Amino acid sequence: MTTVTQDLPPVKGVKNIPLEEQFTSGHRTCQGCESALVMRLMIKAAGPRTIVLGSTGCMYVANTTYYSTPWVVPWMHTQLGSSGSAATGTAAGLASMMRKGKMKQEPINVIAFCGDGGGADMGLSAISATLQHEEYNLLILMYDNESYANTDIQVSGSSPWGANSTFSPPGTLHRIMNRRWKKNTAGMLAVGHPQVRYIATGCASYATDMMNKVRKALSIGGPTFIHTLDPCPKGWDYDPMYSHELGMLAVQTGIWVQYEVEDGKVTLNGPSKMLAKGKKRLPVEEYLKRQGRFAHFTKEDIAYYQSQIDVMWEKWWIPGVIPPSPEDD
Amino acid sequence: MTTVETQLFQTEQEELISGSEAIAIACALADVDVITAYPIRPYDTVMQYVSKLKADGVFDCDFIVAESEHSQFEIVKHASAVGARTFCGSSGVGWFYAFEAITVTAGLRMPVVAMVGNRALDDPGAFGTEHNDALAVRDLGWMLYWVATAQEALDIALLSWRVAEDPRVLLPMAISCDGSFLTHSQAIVNVPTSEQVRKFLPPYDRGKLQLHPDNPITIAPQVNEDWLMEIRRQSDEAMHRSVAVIEEAYADFKKTFNRGDPSAFIEEYMTEDAEILIVGMGTLALPVRVAIRRMREAGKKVGFVRIKFFRPFPTEELQRVLGGVKAVCVIDRDYSFGSPSFAGVLFHELRSTLYPLEKRPLMLNFIAGLGGREIHTNDVNHMVDIVQKAIDTGKIEQEATWIGVRE
Repeated sequence: MTTVTQDLPPVKGVKNIPLEEQFTSGHRTCQGCESALVMRLMIKAAGPRTIVLGSTGCMYVANTTYYSTPWVVPWMHTQLGSSGSAATGTAAGLASMMRKGKMKQEPINVIAFCGDGGGADMGLSAISATLQHEEYNLLILMYDNESYANTDIQVSGSSPWGANSTFSPPGTLHRIMNRRWKKNTAGMLAVGHPQVRYIATGCASYATDMMNKVRKALSIGGPTFIHTLDPCPKGWDYDPMYSHELGMLAVQTGIWVQYEVEDGKVTLNGPSKMLAKGKKRLPVEEYLKRQGRFAHFTKEDIAYYQSQIDVMWEKWWIPGVIPPSPEDD
Repeated sequence: MTTVETQLFQTEQEELISGSEAIAIACALADVDVITAYPIRPYDTVMQYVSKLKADGVFDCDFIVAESEHSQFEIVKHASAVGARTFCGSSGVGWFYAFEAITVTAGLRMPVVAMVGNRALDDPGAFGTEHNDALAVRDLGWMLYWVATAQEALDIALLSWRVAEDPRVLLPMAISCDGSFLTHSQAIVNVPTSEQVRKFLPPYDRGKLQLHPDNPITIAPQVNEDWLMEIRRQSDEAMHRSVAVIEEAYADFKKTFNRGDPSAFIEEYMTEDAEILIVGMGTLALPVRVAIRRMREAGKKVGFVRIKFFRPFPTEELQRVLGGVKAVCVIDRDYSFGSPSFAGVLFHELRSTLYPLEKRPLMLNFIAGLGGREIHTNDVNHMVDIVQKAIDTGKIEQEATWIGVRE
């Protein structure tokens, strides 16, 4: 590593969350937007000596409109598939100039964020390449609202099976248009980049947990990755007041698994840890029925969805992370 | 890490090197901070030399082998935003793979310097030189230069950072080098000292535009019809301003290094009293000059103008030089299918340049040397014969003619 990282100790309890806001007024995100909350918590955790790069998506268009910005920290747009490259370029520029004495030596956090379209689909190869550069300290945060929510709610590789979107609308002949199962982005990146010191999943419904994951990712050194699940009132079709609750339901039904991979060691955390220890999962129907995007589901669809989640928890080596071995059959 | 003190840059040296190696040496002389590579022939030879220079400690840079050309250009764009001096490059369809990143680099006014090893576009896959790859960025806000020799490649690379990073300009610049003819051909090159380069090339300073926690700006927020036109106009004004900045830098270059042409923008060869002027870009200058020399010996009044800067385009200079002649013979190592007269890109630019003149020369276009096919002196003679016939008859039978193509 070319520079040391910042000392960012974990926040112990909500009362110790810093009061200073680095993501403030000036944006126009939807009511109940959890991705905006992810931005706010992310930069609150990182603090002011941070450069943020934002790839095209809701968190670009809805946040930063010319002559208006909610970012107190330096912020720059990057292209849809370029969160990885933006982080690499920024970190490399800083590292090179500091090493050569062209810039004052200091640890500056570099965070690049992308949505699921920019991260799990278009930008995957650039993120993978970035995670190979152990010499740069940076974090890529993928805020996953499970569709191309900025452009009109189109299905992405991270959308759940069967979800209604403007590119996967239920019709009279085909009730289920999206037959792809949600891509396991964080798990795939963790398995594929064993030298990366920290990869985690998070959810803003568990705010201090998410903030501490950001802090660990920024202080551990080298490239890191966090994948958050962000309920989206517009794309998921529910009353904005239920965003927080839906995030919790995603975890409690076992659909979304909260975990960290630190130096190769996988730890399920929060409610996911309890589910792994045998606590009963809520039925996925509790989560699905609250959202208009699954309103066309039949009993069979719900049963199929439940069966896939059951398989993940009962058959996978590590739920949400590593699928079963053929020898396990 | 410190760089190894080498003899190479302590005293002026004459080296037998290719155009690619000349640009790699320019990167070391300019103390570039971040360089990104991705393999595609023929430009990638420059990165082979850069990586060796770094491996041997000749100079210190962050050398990143990206996973695609798109990432290659995005990485340097972002490194440039935090104040790092940058270099990258590509060829043919690789340049096109990076196209999104290439256009935003210009839109953001990031002074990235890139080398284009001119190469035919796929399909079919082909390695030889053609100019359509680099020409594709002609409308986007990139400064574009075509070099003809390895010496010029080194010199113009140094000029590129100076002009691109000038606060009056802040536009990216591409150095076009004909694949094989320049990227892989060796010639004697005078390599200046680090001291000379330091005098000519000041450090890159983004000032209030630097992305840094001490200067917490927001770069490229989304914009609508309320402001975009003003932002486009700023790029246009920067391109306007670049003309004087190039002139100033080139004058200083000649003073510092004791070489260069009278003009930064064009090279004139036997243009005085010429009745026919051939115009072209890049390494085709070599056979054209030889052919002209022989024609002059035979009493034919022919000359040559090599366009060096394609962007900004030297409109007035070309009007002055080409204005009085009987005919202009434009050689395009490119194509523009379906365009006016089914001619080449350079031809259109020149016809547009000369249209306002009261006395317009006859204009003929020749598509030649595509895919790296050699342009021979006989081809040049053939073109001039066709032009002479048009002068004699006062009639242009065909505006665009393909040269040396099997029918």
